[in-house]
Amino acid sequence: MELFVFVAAALMAVVGSLGVVTRSNPVHAAMSLVLTLFGVAVLFVQQGAHFLAAVQIIVYAGAIVVLFLFVIMLLGVDRAENLRIEPLAGQRIVAGAVGAAMVGLLTAAVLTSESAVTVSGQGLNSTALDSPDANVKQLAESIFGDNVFAFEITSVLLLVAVVGTVILARRLPKQAEATQ
Amino acid sequence: MSAVIEPTTSWFLILSAVLFSVGTVGVMVRRNPLVMFMCIELMLNAVNLSFVTFARARADIGGQSAVFFVLVVAAAEVVVGLGIIVSIMRRRTGATADDLTVLKG
Repeated sequence: MELFVFVAAALMAVVGSLGVVTRSNPVHAAMSLVLTLFGVAVLFVQQGAHFLAAVQIIVYAGAIVVLFLFVIMLLGVDRAENLRIEPLAGQRIVAGAVGAAMVGLLTAAVLTSESAVTVSGQGLNSTALDSPDANVKQLAESIFGDNVFAFEITSVLLLVAVVGTVILARRLPKQAEATQ
Repeated sequence: MSAVIEPTTSWFLILSAVLFSVGTVGVMVRRNPLVMFMCIELMLNAVNLSFVTFARARADIGGQSAVFFVLVVAAAEVVVGLGIIVSIMRRRTGATADDLTVLKG
């Protein structure tokens, strides 16, 4: 069962990620991204990270991808772009080779250091795997206990991002008159 | 009864490596700034997956807190990035990453 869930979710994630790279229409790419996010969320649940799986769906699939779609529609770039033309000769071959090399090296690194990363016979506090409530409690203790300062700084980051974006994206009054 | 194959830590890490590499190739190959952004999200997700995997493998909830902060920073990053893209696209409709060579002095 575990194996089946893993294979299904991994397939979702990989197919979605290939879709993001290969779809010529940005809207389709965003939809493929949603597929990947759902696949990763399933893998989060499988590993006992129930809270993060929920946040992944709500924040990523619910907010970030919608923001992407919103910008795509707003800018009117929802046309398929021509992917036949390669702007730089040989770029795709080199990129593919780099990507394949990256997969190979990372896989080799994982396989050779397998014993170093796993603590034998331990899972994340098995109660956390059994009940979602325990996971939320543990995570809350970590975020509001050990990392509370980082958490508070995050609010400043979000505020700066929001104010900065409003200033970046607004139309100056003079400019608006000129375009009319 | 045959032995049941359970996915181990390595499987998740290798999947994460594959997702990360696909995202990297996407950033290198695609020219549409919006799609490049989506590929960056893909890479962030791959790293999140390995964080959660390590959190379970090491029995340390800290990995999951890191993912939480990555999510928040990713949201802020997307908002600022899309703001910049909107203000560029408003002047030059259909701009690609190549067109931004005009920024060269």
